[in-house]
Amino acid sequence: MSSSIESLVNKEYAYGFVTDIESDTIPRGLTEETVRLISAKKNEPEWLLAWRLKAFRRWQTMTEPHWPNVTYTSIDYQAQTYYSAPKSVKPLQSLDDVDPELLKTYAKLGISLTEQKRLTGVAVDAIFDSVSVGTTMKTELAAVGVIFCSFGEAVQSHPELIQKYLGSIVPYSDNFFAALNSAVFSDGSFVYIPKGVKCPLELSTYFRINAADTGQFERTLIVADEGASVSYLEGCTAPKRATNQLHAAVVEIVALDNSSVKYSTVQNWYAGDKDGVGGIFNFVTKRGKAQTNAKISWTQVETGSAITWKYPSVILQGDNAVGEFYSVAVVNNKQQADTGTKMIHIGRNTRSTIISKGISAGQGQNSYRGQVKILPKAEGARNYTQCDSMLIGNACGAHTFPYIEVANNTATIEHEASTSKIGEDQIFYCKSRGLNAEHAISLIVAGFCKEVFKELPMEFALEAQQLLGISLEGSVG
Amino acid sequence: MLKITDLHASASDKEILKGISLTVNAGEVHAIMGPNGSGKSTLAQIIAGHPGYEVTSGTIEYDGKDLLDMEAEERAQAGVFLAFQYPVEIPGVTNAYFLRAAFNELRKARGEEEVDPMEFLDIMEEKLKLVEMDATMMQRSVNAGFSGGEKKRNEILQMAVLAPKLAVLDETDSGLDIDALRIVAGGVNALKRPDNATIVVTHYQRLLNYIVPDFVHVLAGGRIIRSGGKELAHELEAKGYDWLLEPVSV
Ligand SMILES: Nc1ncnc2c1ncn2[C@@H]1O[C@H](COP(=O)(O)OP(=O)(O)OP(=O)(O)O)[C@@H](O)[C@H]1O
Ligand SMILES: [Mg+2]
Repeated sequence: MSSSIESLVNKEYAYGFVTDIESDTIPRGLTEETVRLISAKKNEPEWLLAWRLKAFRRWQTMTEPHWPNVTYTSIDYQAQTYYSAPKSVKPLQSLDDVDPELLKTYAKLGISLTEQKRLTGVAVDAIFDSVSVGTTMKTELAAVGVIFCSFGEAVQSHPELIQKYLGSIVPYSDNFFAALNSAVFSDGSFVYIPKGVKCPLELSTYFRINAADTGQFERTLIVADEGASVSYLEGCTAPKRATNQLHAAVVEIVALDNSSVKYSTVQNWYAGDKDGVGGIFNFVTKRGKAQTNAKISWTQVETGSAITWKYPSVILQGDNAVGEFYSVAVVNNKQQADTGTKMIHIGRNTRSTIISKGISAGQGQNSYRGQVKILPKAEGARNYTQCDSMLIGNACGAHTFPYIEVANNTATIEHEASTSKIGEDQIFYCKSRGLNAEHAISLIVAGFCKEVFKELPMEFALEAQQLLGISLEGSVG
Repeated sequence: MLKITDLHASASDKEILKGISLTVNAGEVHAIMGPNGSGKSTLAQIIAGHPGYEVTSGTIEYDGKDLLDMEAEERAQAGVFLAFQYPVEIPGVTNAYFLRAAFNELRKARGEEEVDPMEFLDIMEEKLKLVEMDATMMQRSVNAGFSGGEKKRNEILQMAVLAPKLAVLDETDSGLDIDALRIVAGGVNALKRPDNATIVVTHYQRLLNYIVPDFVHVLAGGRIIRSGGKELAHELEAKGYDWLLEPVSV
């Protein structure tokens, strides 16, 4: 009876089902031919194929990075499939033509693509394996000049914008996974908000991996023109499978003068079972560049994936630019997360805020890795970092790796860090008031994450909180 | 209502309670006094279901049920309440949210509808008056940054809202100023009904002027060494505990 907190039992992952659908899947393996095949399937212009090939050749010269604080058996890139699409999805189809089986899949995930039951005030792009199934609310958005469509569609209908901005924030040579993504990316979302327009709807992309042994390599590009603003949310789930699947995405945000982009993620990829078998390898590069007076805000709630490796970053290029990073990362059972951010201060009076909440349960390992870099011209730059870790049980770990480089002595940097164990006393206090242990833990954890949750769009804050309750379920004995 | 029989309990292999027997009937107020470290809080925590203590022998019967067989939350749902000697902080969770969650858990256990935040506000308003607490306290995180006295007052507020059948107050008077003491005691008295009972753990006769006990027990070295009426508390105030303690053998 010495402790009410013991090791963990895995809770059923609610999104682990597989959709039985006929797919067009290319053979396993990755060669120049694969890259050409993907490009041809997507009917891409010559310049884009050329860009992919440059990325591929670069990737061949690179080695998989092993500096993150995670361990896994190395990935056999030739054993993966790089493109899989439901046969029923036709290019540029309207939502009325979407295969009912796919509609059912999304309905089961709590996302309605059909007109009547849509979440009000939210437009959705649904990505299934390598393709977009459809995008809702397009006409409403077109009325104010907002472009929100799949990446593949944007390549066809707005090639000039893609050509101008693709790779402008994350060059294909940036890192191993970014190069891989640039070579084989299949679909993703594209957003363009014209000058001075405040996007009237929340934009949201829902990523679903379905096919086995298939990687998802999506590419998201968001461009906020001068004075524009938008709030964008992505959600992710995948079936339960005993093999690891690779998800190597790239997200680029272009925030021109006086614009504002809020990017929220609720990541709930399959995490593997309680013994660490299966689950998604989530290796993602996300970066934005904020010009004068622009603001980029990343909010992430990371509860899924066997391994998460990502650092949504902001290059504070223009004067007075603002960068924010709010993160909740939860690891349970044998999950590993190495996540954080980079704030690169280039402009004068640039400001950044980092709030990171790491929760570790089971044998989970959670690392915060954050870089704050103040360049010589960043007169008056300011950063505030708060990095809190919470441990549930005795077998998990929390690690913090801050990197601070200051090349301008007018800069102000504040860093606060704390590690706490979820208290036996706190749980008992809640229990003595009638709450059971799981309710108690989700309450205590929600309190711990409050500063991050309040940054999420209203509709998703509750969902995130519930998700957190679910992923920690079974974390008390 | 509560029948403790020959209770032995230990923590970290150290025996703390060495045979406690105590019967509390509906409508009664019992005071437990005794030197520091004698086991008063241990007894209170065991009644509430703290998992950190091992009951090695003895029984606790509550309303005909085996209390020791119930989880802490089941005890709370069955009407047991402990006002903590050291109330616990829960950062980020508002007092209002926490208390409503607790209130609703108790309602659910009784098969009643949960109340929504608006309805709960009305319930709160009245109880806040009872303990003269400012409504702004409800929007602050549970006990976080509360002064010692505020924490104690918050415990009584919770008690007022949760309306327990058996309330155990562990040194709720410690750290209270004179006015707060009167308010807290007033709150406890206002909640007194013929069908509920209260156990107050205290070091001071002062509190017992406000909350008048039917019985006073002295706990020392893990045993109840003397029980009596309210006059026993006066005697203790005047003489201390030494005259009751067994002579020390050298
Ligand atoms: N979890 C524990 N592990 C080890 N010893 C404990 C534990 N809890 C209590 N004790 C010890 O048991 C004894 C009784 O403690 P308890 O808190 O019940 O005393 P108390 O009568 O409430 O004292 P006070 O008047 O100071 O509040 C003390 O010696 C204390 O150190
Ligand atoms: Mg005590």
